[in-house]
Amino acid sequence: MARNAEMTRSNGPAATRRAALSGLALIAVPRLARATPEERDAALAQFLAGRAPQRGRVTIDAPALVENGNSAPVTIRVDSPMTAQSHVTRIALFNEKNPQPQVAEFRLSPRNGRAEVSTRMRLATTQFITAAAEFNDGTVAVDSFEVIVTIAACTEE
Amino acid sequence: MARALINFPSPVPRGAVIDIRTLFEHVMETGYRYGVDGKAIPRDIVERFVCLFDGEVVFEATLHPAIAANPYFAFPLRAEKSGELAFAWTDGKGARHVETARLVVTG
Amino acid sequence: MRFPLAGLAFVAATAALAQAPKRSGFEDMSPATQAMQRDDAANPGLFFALDGKAAFARVEGAAGRSCADCHGADGGGLKGVAARYPAFDERSGAPVDLAGRVEICRREHQQAPAWPRESRPMLAMTAYLGLISRGAAMAPPDDPRLATARERGRALFTTRLGQLDLACAQCHDDNAGRRLGGALIPQGHVNNYPAYRLEWQAVGSLQRRIRNCMTGVRAEPFPAGAAELIELELWLAERSRGLPVETPSVRP
Ligand code: HEC
Ligand code: HEC
Repeated sequence: MARNAEMTRSNGPAATRRAALSGLALIAVPRLARATPEERDAALAQFLAGRAPQRGRVTIDAPALVENGNSAPVTIRVDSPMTAQSHVTRIALFNEKNPQPQVAEFRLSPRNGRAEVSTRMRLATTQFITAAAEFNDGTVAVDSFEVIVTIAACTEE
Repeated sequence: MARALINFPSPVPRGAVIDIRTLFEHVMETGYRYGVDGKAIPRDIVERFVCLFDGEVVFEATLHPAIAANPYFAFPLRAEKSGELAFAWTDGKGARHVETARLVVTG
Repeated sequence: MRFPLAGLAFVAATAALAQAPKRSGFEDMSPATQAMQRDDAANPGLFFALDGKAAFARVEGAAGRSCADCHGADGGGLKGVAARYPAFDERSGAPVDLAGRVEICRREHQQAPAWPRESRPMLAMTAYLGLISRGAAMAPPDDPRLATARERGRALFTTRLGQLDLACAQCHDDNAGRRLGGALIPQGHVNNYPAYRLEWQAVGSLQRRIRNCMTGVRAEPFPAGAAELIELELWLAERSRGLPVETPSVRP
């Protein structure tokens, strides 16, 4: 599958799709407004607020390959007892190649009993997604995971 | 007419951590797509989702356009006592959809 | 079909796969998409089916009747009906699909305004009729009056179409199980419509799905409700005979 296929994802103008469909040079397709890994880093940095993130305490559970970028299931689990003394306060999810780096931010408390949230997200193309968690003691943790997006066949445009 | 599907086990024994799953019918139009007329389709997304138990916030989400159409959220909750769960989705224009359901805790 | 040329190599392949056992498109999906279909709490197609359920019980039209008044509460005698369509309609002397049949009841038995084919209420009602037919084996009627139209559908299925000059059968009979660009080519069964398609981010009819495949080969799609589409639906239902109804399904 051509990497440039990403340009035909549904976040693009109809014209983009048609251009790709015509089978002409994919390089002629106009670039879409799209976040960059740098913008993702900036959004993540805002969440981390200068704190050095730990690894291993947050885990992203998502399929390595999705058939359609319009809906990819993502579960984020954080290793935390979720007690009054020790719990997760926030979880944020970021991407690097959608038009905007933020996906969602969740607020949790000891009431949840377990630190886990699931949702479904859009992926403009194959890319890394990043989850970050903040704990009540002020520490932070991150994890990243690459999801490969294949392209649907026989669509409307 | 928007619809929501809410799923959780009930009744459950006191102290159990249950999974609450919610699905809300919404296009989550990103604002980054173009119609056949070449004009950008205006953004129309749910921006906030909250779950309350007897009026107290127990889960909260801020959404961006990268959340898939028909937003799905699943999250845990420790069942401490019986009470009312309320779920509210608020879109960018401030329109709010609320669903309520009763959680029954035994023991 | 966004890679018009990349996918064409397979066309030279033999029809060896044509004898493969029948497999619902469900089997060809990723575990994640399968999970979404298996779990009614995560399947947006249920929104439509539940709307249809509510509409079934609602009085509409000048005759002052609800579907339930004649067919019984909760779908009543219509359980399994989605496995038996398209069927022959006596009055028009032509085959009708399930949406067409619902339309007849709305017009003649309820005297209610028409529901356009791809409209929310029509998709909702047919999704509901599919939901109450779940698990029923596809059993298109053996009605001899359908034979000519079904045969026309079969012929259409094997006719090359569009600028890519490809027949439905070349993909769905001869090359099912192979990849086209990133997508796996399914056998093209119809035990699951209306379906929630991730690509649409919405529920759509079988006719919409067929029209997508026509656009894929860059053919001018038949308009909604066209006789050709009903004929194709007849042949597709025959090919799917025996598969359990999955409506409302999820597809990529
Ligand atoms: C006044 C009674 C009446 C109402 C109201 C009515 N129907 Fe029917 N329906 C019938 C009858 C009678 C038939 C048998 C076929 C015929 O009309 O000749 C039928 C047939 C059908 C069939 C085909 C059944 C089969 O086994 O092939 C379906 C599907 C159906 N109706 C759906 C509906 C739906 C959905 C509604 C509401 C939108 C509805 N009907 C409203 C009387 C009614
Ligand atoms: C070039 C190959 C190709 C041709 C030609 C083609 N299709 Fe398809 N069709 C596909 C692919 C690939 C999919 C699955 C799309 C996806 O999942 O993204 C599909 C899906 C389908 C489905 C949905 C199956 C399910 O499980 O829901 C039906 C029905 C179908 N096609 C019918 C047809 C008909 C009728 C024609 C002829 C008018 C046709 N197709 C022509 C490739 C093709």
